[in-house]
Amino acid sequence: MSILLQALLNGVMNGALIAVPAIGFTAIFAVLRYPNFAIAAYATIGAFAAWWVNVHFGAGILPALLVAFAIAGCIGVGAEETALKQLRGAGALTVAIGSIALNTVLENVVRLFFGNDLRGYDLPLVPDWRFMGLRVGPQQLQSLAFAVVIMAAVFAFLRYTRFGKAMRAVADNPDLARLKGIEPAHVAMMTIFLGAGLAGVGGVLIGLDASIDPLLGFRVLLTVFAAAVLGGLGSIPGAVVGALAIGIAEECALLVVPATYRSAVGFAAILLVLTVRPRGFFGERAN
Amino acid sequence: MLAYLIFALTIGGIYALLALSLNLIWGGIGLVNLGLVGFFALGAYASALLTGAGLPVLFGWGGAIIVGAIAGLIVTLATTRLRDDYLAIVTLGLAEVIRLVALNERWLTNGSDGISGIQAPLKSALGNQGFNIFYLVLVSAVVLVVWLVLRRLDRSPYGRAMKAIREDQELAGFAGKNVLGFKVQAFAVSAAIAGLAGALYAHFQSYVSPDHFQPLITIYIFLAVAAGGVGRPAGGVLGAYVVVFFLELTRFLPDLVPALAPAQFAACREILVGVALILVLRFRPQGLLPEQILPAPKS
Repeated sequence: MSILLQALLNGVMNGALIAVPAIGFTAIFAVLRYPNFAIAAYATIGAFAAWWVNVHFGAGILPALLVAFAIAGCIGVGAEETALKQLRGAGALTVAIGSIALNTVLENVVRLFFGNDLRGYDLPLVPDWRFMGLRVGPQQLQSLAFAVVIMAAVFAFLRYTRFGKAMRAVADNPDLARLKGIEPAHVAMMTIFLGAGLAGVGGVLIGLDASIDPLLGFRVLLTVFAAAVLGGLGSIPGAVVGALAIGIAEECALLVVPATYRSAVGFAAILLVLTVRPRGFFGERAN
Repeated sequence: MLAYLIFALTIGGIYALLALSLNLIWGGIGLVNLGLVGFFALGAYASALLTGAGLPVLFGWGGAIIVGAIAGLIVTLATTRLRDDYLAIVTLGLAEVIRLVALNERWLTNGSDGISGIQAPLKSALGNQGFNIFYLVLVSAVVLVVWLVLRRLDRSPYGRAMKAIREDQELAGFAGKNVLGFKVQAFAVSAAIAGLAGALYAHFQSYVSPDHFQPLITIYIFLAVAAGGVGRPAGGVLGAYVVVFFLELTRFLPDLVPALAPAQFAACREILVGVALILVLRFRPQGLLPEQILPAPKS
C-alpha cells in the first residue's frame, strides 16, 4: 500500500515539474500552430544558465530560476526571429523540421562550451523527510512549490493581463483577433518568450533533482510531448493535467517494468490517447 | 585512400536509401518520419538476428523489409486519421522506444554491447578488399533499383494521387482518392525501405549496437532530402551523397584546428549540419534538383 502511495506521491511531484515545460510547448502550439521541438534545447539552456549563476555567483534557487527564464526566453525569441519565422510561410511541417534543426544547433552550442560532463547544482544536501512510511526530499518539495507558484502565475497572466488575453484571443481565432486590433506578430513573440522561458525554468527544476548535461532537454522531450498530447495539444490546463497523469503513470509503470523504460511510458500513453480519445482531455476537436 | 573512398560511397548508398525512404513520404504525400533512424535500426537488428539464427542473408533482408513495413503500419494506423503533427511526435517516440528495447533487452539484442559477427556475404570467398568492392556494387545496385521504382511511381497516376494528397488532402478526398489508404501504404513502403537500408548496413559493418543509431542520423537524412530536392527521388539520392561527403570531409578538420577537443569538434559539426538544414529550408526549399511537375497525360 505504502509502495503505491509513494509511487503516487513521486508521480505528482515529477508530473508537476514536467507540467512547466509542457505549458510552454502547448502555449507555443496554441498560438503559432506548430510543434516546437527546440523546447528541449530551451530547457537545457535554462538549466545551464541557472547552474552558471548558481555555481559562479552563489545565486539561490529563486534568482537562478529568474535568470533561466529570462535567458531561455530571450534565446527563444532570438532563434525564432532569425531562424524559424521565415519558414512559417512554407507550412507548419517545415517550421517543425526547422525547429528540430534549431534544437540540434542550440544543444551543440551548449555542448561546445560546457562539454558532455554531468554537472550538479551547488546546494546543501538535506536528508529525506519521512512520515507514515513515505519518503520525500525537501528539495523535491521546494521544486514542487516553485512549479505550483509558476503555474499559478501563468494562469493569472493569461486571465488578467492584456497580453495574456491577447494570447488567448489569437490562439482561439487569429483572424478575429486581428480584426480587434491585436497585432499577431507581437503576440507570437510574447508567446515564444513565455514558452521558451517556461521550458528553461522546467529544465532547472528537472535538473535540481539530479544533474544536468546537454541532453537534459532531449531526454524529457517525449514526456513533455506526451503531457501536451494527453491534455490536448494547445490546451494549457490540459498540459497540467496531462503532465500529472504522465508523472503518475510513469511511477506506477516503474513498479512493474525496469526503470530504463521510463520514457517509453510517455510513448505508450500517446498511442493510447490517440487511439481512444484523439483530442486528449481538454483539446479542441482534431481535424 | 581507395579503401576509404569505397567505404564512404557504400555509406553514401545506404544514406541514399534512407533519403529515398524519407522522400517517398515527405516529398510524396506530405508526412514526416522523425523516427527514421528507428526503422533503420529495426531493419538492422531484424536481419542480424534472423541471419544469426542460421537463415541465409537474403532471408534476413526480406525479414528486415517486412519488420519495417509492419512497424510503419502500426504507427500510421494509430495516427493518420489525425493531424500530421501527431504523426511527427509519434514517430519520434517510436525511435526512442526502439532504442530503449535495443539497449535493455539483452536476451535479444545483447544490450549496449551490440551484436557482432553478423554474416558478411561472400567475404570469405572475396577477401577483405574484394568484399568491400562487391558490397559497394551491391548497395549501389539496390539504390539504383529502388530509385528507378520510386521514380516510376512518382510519374504514375499513383504518384500524382499522392502529390494531390500532399497539396490538399481534403480536395483529394473529394476527388474520390482514398487518402488514408494512400498514407498508410506510402508510409509502410517508406518504412520498409528504411528497414532494408538497416539490413544492408548491418551486414556491411558486421556489427550493430544502439550507438550506431543516434537520432542525428534522422537529421542528416532530412538535410539530404531538403538539400537534394524534396519531391524528386534523384534529389534525395544526390543529397545523401553530398551529406556523406560533407560529413567525411569534416573528419579531416581536427588536424587543421588542433585547438578544439574531439567533443567540441563533434559539436561544431552538428551545429553546421543544423544550420545547413535551416538555411536550405529558408533559401533553397526546392533543393539542388527541384521537383519536376510533369503535365498530366491526356486521357
